[in-house]
Amino acid sequence: MKTRAILAFAAAALVCSAETLVIQNATVWTMGKEGKFVGSVVITDGKIAAVGEKVMVPPGAKVIDATGQHLIPGIIDCHSHIAAEAINEGSVSVSAMVGIEDVVNPEDISIYRALAGGVTTANVLHGSANSIGGKCEVMKMRWGKDAAGLKFEGAIPGIKFALGENPKRAGNVQGGLGGGGNTRIPRYPATRMGVEDVIRTAFTEARNYQKTWKDYNEKKARGEAAVEPERNLTLEPLVEVLEGKRFVHAHCYRADEILMLLRIADDFGFKIRTLQHVLEGYKVAKEIAAHGAGASTFSDWWSYKIEAYDAIPYNAAIMEKKGVLVSLNSDSAELMRHLNTEAAKVMKYGGLSEEEALAMVTINPAKQLAIDNRVGSIETGKDADLVLYDKNPLSNYTKVQKVWIDGNQYFDRDKDVSGRAALAAEKKSLEDKEKEESRRQGPSSRGNGGQPRRPE
Amino acid sequence: MTKPIGLLIAAAALCAFPSVTFAAASDTFVVRNVSVHPVTGPQVDNTSVLVIDGKIAEIGPKVVAAKTIKVIDGKGLHLYPGMINAGTEVGLDEINAIRESVDANEIGEFDPQLHATVAVNPSSEHIPVTRANGITTVIVLPATVGGGEGRRGGGATQVISGQSGLMHLDGWTWEEMTINRNAAMEMKFPFIQTIPARFAEMAALFGMPRGSYAESKRNYEKTIQQTHEFFEDARRYQKAKAAHEPNLATNLRYEAMIPILDGKEPMMVMAAKAKTVKEAIDFADREKIKIVIAGVDEMGDYAAKLKEKNIPVICGPTLELPNEEDDPYDQKATLPGQLYKAGVKIAFASFDVEFARNLPYQAATAVAYGLPYEEALKAVTINPAEIFGVSDRIGSIEKGKWADMILTDGDPLETKTEVKHMFIKGHDVDLTSRHTRLYEKYMSRQ
Repeated sequence: MKTRAILAFAAAALVCSAETLVIQNATVWTMGKEGKFVGSVVITDGKIAAVGEKVMVPPGAKVIDATGQHLIPGIIDCHSHIAAEAINEGSVSVSAMVGIEDVVNPEDISIYRALAGGVTTANVLHGSANSIGGKCEVMKMRWGKDAAGLKFEGAIPGIKFALGENPKRAGNVQGGLGGGGNTRIPRYPATRMGVEDVIRTAFTEARNYQKTWKDYNEKKARGEAAVEPERNLTLEPLVEVLEGKRFVHAHCYRADEILMLLRIADDFGFKIRTLQHVLEGYKVAKEIAAHGAGASTFSDWWSYKIEAYDAIPYNAAIMEKKGVLVSLNSDSAELMRHLNTEAAKVMKYGGLSEEEALAMVTINPAKQLAIDNRVGSIETGKDADLVLYDKNPLSNYTKVQKVWIDGNQYFDRDKDVSGRAALAAEKKSLEDKEKEESRRQGPSSRGNGGQPRRPE
Repeated sequence: MTKPIGLLIAAAALCAFPSVTFAAASDTFVVRNVSVHPVTGPQVDNTSVLVIDGKIAEIGPKVVAAKTIKVIDGKGLHLYPGMINAGTEVGLDEINAIRESVDANEIGEFDPQLHATVAVNPSSEHIPVTRANGITTVIVLPATVGGGEGRRGGGATQVISGQSGLMHLDGWTWEEMTINRNAAMEMKFPFIQTIPARFAEMAALFGMPRGSYAESKRNYEKTIQQTHEFFEDARRYQKAKAAHEPNLATNLRYEAMIPILDGKEPMMVMAAKAKTVKEAIDFADREKIKIVIAGVDEMGDYAAKLKEKNIPVICGPTLELPNEEDDPYDQKATLPGQLYKAGVKIAFASFDVEFARNLPYQAATAVAYGLPYEEALKAVTINPAEIFGVSDRIGSIEKGKWADMILTDGDPLETKTEVKHMFIKGHDVDLTSRHTRLYEKYMSRQ
């Protein structure tokens, strides 16, 4: 992994410390009240200090002339699995005790690639093998920082739920993959009825657990003798859900299961924050809007499994038109890199405007994650998380040129391209050195049966 | 296909015959006031295209057509050739996770006798969905790209997967859809299969082999050996047949190889790595066969050889992730432009089914990363037509060709562009699909 360390180092060295910066003459898509205009953005101390057609350039500020280019708020991916060393704890039906924050890998190259695609924030979720899955982490793509440095400080934590085919596919014994593969021991549930029961039972237990603690705390407050209840790390996150302190992000496909989950939440008095994938959301848009859940979907994925056969690319537009807050997500390290052009598809499928389209990957997911006070639009006081494109961000011909997070530049296409030759030369010299070493030491000392470490 | 009514109308059009009483055939019409993008020539604005009997009869500002001929007003619109996706599973794969609905990836090593066309389901929902985005023609591959896909038992061991078909996305039967049932023989060129450590766990769950490198190398060498033997056997059969050997029993596998050995039909060779591409070129040299390289993942010093030998490349998805973690983030997006600059003829393919409609966006991405726009457009129209030997019929808007055209409100490679009409052999094809039907149904829910 020597080469990876070098890449990480090279890119980390690119991160310039936050300085006063003015980006001038760009087409600014604020995604806020001020709409879209040609003008400037001033960044001070990592925050957006001023936005407008004409701004005062603070003395000593670095000025970037972005004539002909487009500046948008950093893209927010409401459903990602990058930078996580493990995704699914598939051995149990309720895995609320585990969380992504314990397995964050800040050296995952996907972070850098997401930056190169204009993503600055991602909701990194547990997998979909369980009806109630693990805890999620909202993170910023601060490539080069450690795991703690990636965390979106102050974001309300989440938990993953999953309905339909994935959780009912019995858990695999290795616990590694999204419910697929070799099942040796069947795991409840195996039907959508069972999925409903698992969630309802878990919240019934969580409510009892909540009451046990409430009784204890009340007794203690009154000065009565009381034995402290045993902590239950699986139920604690669910109590947080009941108390509105943790967001539910629920993987779902079919209209029936979507409705089922909304009704459970209604019965227990909490809200589903986002329905994830929600490919048949368009069939129950009315009910989703009435509950107040956000919907985070794919632009045009369909037919890869039976529960995706009624998926249509008009889903996002229908839900939007029927009053649902909609975002578009990736669920994929590849797709994550072009969420801007994924958003463009809602103009074709459903006739939404350019701004409505771009909102689905910026301000809308920010609202869904309740981080819209910090990110999602270019407005004074918000974090300077910005992406500069050479062309209209909704065009297939556009390329990300520069990306800032908290006013720090984390990606520069020119530097990436011009640095490639040096990086390749360094990699080659390291590989040559490695080959030379193994030649000197002979095959027996390689310690892995004589296999080269990087087979060609 | 001759259609007497159409011919009569043509005659009427030419002679300005005054008393045409019969109804106009649906594949005879004129598009007026339109911007034509022939692809093989410069754009012509405010012109007309006359289609008679499904063929382009006339292009020009002063095209004369009989009054009875259907007129389509193209004001503000653009006419492009229908796009060709040079590698898909359309019609073979309905719902990927459901084995019963998938007919790609047969069992066996050398299956040249298989025909993808005969398993294409003309009622597949993927057909209208794909064509709604401007794709009139697809190559249907008998197996997915790359070696060792191993999907549900089949495909893993295949070297020769069978005949890919060139098909129109219109027709009542697969037979009506087929342009050429032997468009190219699909071959997955053997390579040393290794599983990166980060995928090892997942691979094990799917039951993929995880032997040592030495074992993979042995398997590869064995497969190469078997491939040579298969070609030798096929050649012996070819000679015996040419010599009219009396006791020669017909062998369908070897029969299917004869057009390949004769150099009459190309072999579409899947080769991802630069090393594999080079080996495939050498192999084609030795066997004196015509090849097309497909699914290349990386640039390499093979490009000069491809140019020298006139071997085209079917480029895969340009949006894919790079191969290795230290490869440039835009590795796949820059590849088509690099190949073009090296003088290699390219076409694009999605190599899948559910995203076959997004072919134009893959091409546009290549433009963002260095491929000239005109070349991207050619790579989804005339180039694949030439590669598969049908450029006399499709791939551009020219007199005498089939009217495989799309009428759009803009650049077909841009996402927001809408296809207003599609003509396949002049047939004004229905652009509704499962998706538009569900859209309308649920938009109307109160």
